[in-house]
Amino acid sequence: MSRPELGTTRLARRAGSPQQRGPASVGHEGAKTTPYGRPVLKEPVWTWEIPCYFYTGGLAGASAILAHLAEGQGNPQLARRGWAAALAGAGASPAFLIADLGKPARFFNMLRVLKVTSPMSVGTWILSASGVSIALAAVRAWTGLFPRAGRAGSAVAAALGGPLGTYTAALVADTAIPVWHEARHELPFVFAGSAAASAGALATAWTPAKHAGPARWATVGGAVVEVAATQLMEHRLGSVGEPYHEGPAGRLGMAAKAMTTAGAAAIALRGRRSRAAALAGAALVTAGSLCERWSVFKAGFQSAARPDDTVVPQRERIERGDTRGAVRRTSPNGRVDTDKASPAIVAHRD
Amino acid sequence: MGYSLPTTAWPSSYGEHARARKGFFTDTSVCIGCKACEVACKEWNDVPARNGAQPAYFTGESYDNTIDLGADTWRHVAFVEQRKALDVDDGMGMSLAEAAALEGMARSEGLATYQDGEGMRWLMASDVCKHCTHAACLEVCPTGSLFRTEFGTVVVQEDICNGCGYCVPACPFGVLDQRQDDGRVWKCTLCYDRLKDDKEPACAQACPTNSIQYGDLDELRERADERLQQLTDAGLEQARLYGADDQDGVGGFGAFFLLLDEPEAYHLPPDPVDTTRDLGGIYRATAAAAVALVAGLTAAVLGGRR
Ligand code: SF4
Repeated sequence: MSRPELGTTRLARRAGSPQQRGPASVGHEGAKTTPYGRPVLKEPVWTWEIPCYFYTGGLAGASAILAHLAEGQGNPQLARRGWAAALAGAGASPAFLIADLGKPARFFNMLRVLKVTSPMSVGTWILSASGVSIALAAVRAWTGLFPRAGRAGSAVAAALGGPLGTYTAALVADTAIPVWHEARHELPFVFAGSAAASAGALATAWTPAKHAGPARWATVGGAVVEVAATQLMEHRLGSVGEPYHEGPAGRLGMAAKAMTTAGAAAIALRGRRSRAAALAGAALVTAGSLCERWSVFKAGFQSAARPDDTVVPQRERIERGDTRGAVRRTSPNGRVDTDKASPAIVAHRD
Repeated sequence: MGYSLPTTAWPSSYGEHARARKGFFTDTSVCIGCKACEVACKEWNDVPARNGAQPAYFTGESYDNTIDLGADTWRHVAFVEQRKALDVDDGMGMSLAEAAALEGMARSEGLATYQDGEGMRWLMASDVCKHCTHAACLEVCPTGSLFRTEFGTVVVQEDICNGCGYCVPACPFGVLDQRQDDGRVWKCTLCYDRLKDDKEPACAQACPTNSIQYGDLDELRERADERLQQLTDAGLEQARLYGADDQDGVGGFGAFFLLLDEPEAYHLPPDPVDTTRDLGGIYRATAAAAVALVAGLTAAVLGGRR
């Protein structure tokens, strides 16, 4: 985790040190709404751990569902590998989350409350419960120990898999960042598709081809949903979705689409017969899924830095008459005694 | 008294300990940009210098080197230079004759020294946390560190905050930020410690023009309405109140403003919305996606059975 050294500030990190940049402005070039193009919102303070966590959380959730279903279908080869992937994801997730905290030692403060108004609070509990149940199911699948607890764990983990794989979309959508908040109806589907593709790809890569049929289907289906939902999201966002067409978010998004599509095609066409195609396809889909999460993550930063993306949709809401906005120009109580107006006020005119 | 405009946890959860809801009315029409509030806030609250060990940081953007609110600036005096010729600003509502007289007077008095003949104005406004009625920062905080005080204000408990940073992008005004060498988030407390001793917040006490007024929120609102009427009667028709009503997207500000231009001219959002207002829809979409994930994987397992 790269935190700047003591004494340096967010501002310096964001805008480069004064020595490097000369007169410093945090403004967004070409912005028309705020003076000097200064942003209205703050960029998130989250670092690289968070998009990694989006990936591992999705992987854990979807792998648990896949493993549970494979168990029921009498496919222990796939089930065992699914539980292992779920365990790896569920183990890495808290590590990423905690590493990103400003005060990692205080992680447990998250567990002193459950707040439904906070997707992060709800998610922390989902992740904790998933972690325990996935561990139980994985122990049973690999060693046969604790069969009863393992079976219960398997069912609970599968039930929590959906929420675990998608709640991070709710988390970022529940912010003021336009590119996240305005995508609140599509983002969960992007993340669900991406989760299915990640879990499918990992299982495809190390399950014998004979037993990996469901994993291949999950990869291809997930990839299709991921790409289609992303496309729909970008389309519906309109001008607010601009970050997806420029800068890091744009580049990552393009890479994600290309790799996910190519990987899914490789698995769909040759994944069953060719081990090399299965491995290459799985690697591409995994990389694509990671890039997609990273693209969404970066888009939030770019969106926050663009004051017009915050102000223009709000202005449009007001002009359409959907809302009155936060401004009032007249006194509601009618006229007040104007004798109270002091000469100073009149002079204030100039 | 003062129990109008209840928030989620106030006054109900405080019972008899609830106090009248306190707030700020920042009247920017009398702000002279002296930054006494910024200094008083830093002094009282022991807020560190923004640039740490680095040399002074100049923006070249008017007299505004504070730039924005953040972990180390809980009051920010915005300086905005506008080149609006006095006589063509229709918002002034002056007759041409009046405008010409004013313009001529300004010249003969030697006042129009800047941007010769063009006319210009400075907007100055001391920005602060709005202490929203529906505060997104508080709602998304996963530890309960951000809480509603008995005065109806929004405060971070620094001994609880674990630096998750969720409140930072949740605030529709970009108020909160993380202090890098500390890891936690910091913001205006409306001088919670001083309020407990029935003292006025440091910034309000330091303000030499009474641009920052502190008091019971409903009283402040009345005062603001009167002030708005005075200004419009005096011909200053650009005057407007920002955040003075319950019906806006955050349910009204505990710290609201009188502005002389649209909010965005001060880097403020014209229609701020508490993001959790849409949380129902967000959870519904997420639940639908979760169900779709299970359904899709079930189909994959059935279809992939060879
Ligand atoms: S202005 Fe921002 S930080 Fe202040 S109460 Fe509202 S949401 Fe919270």
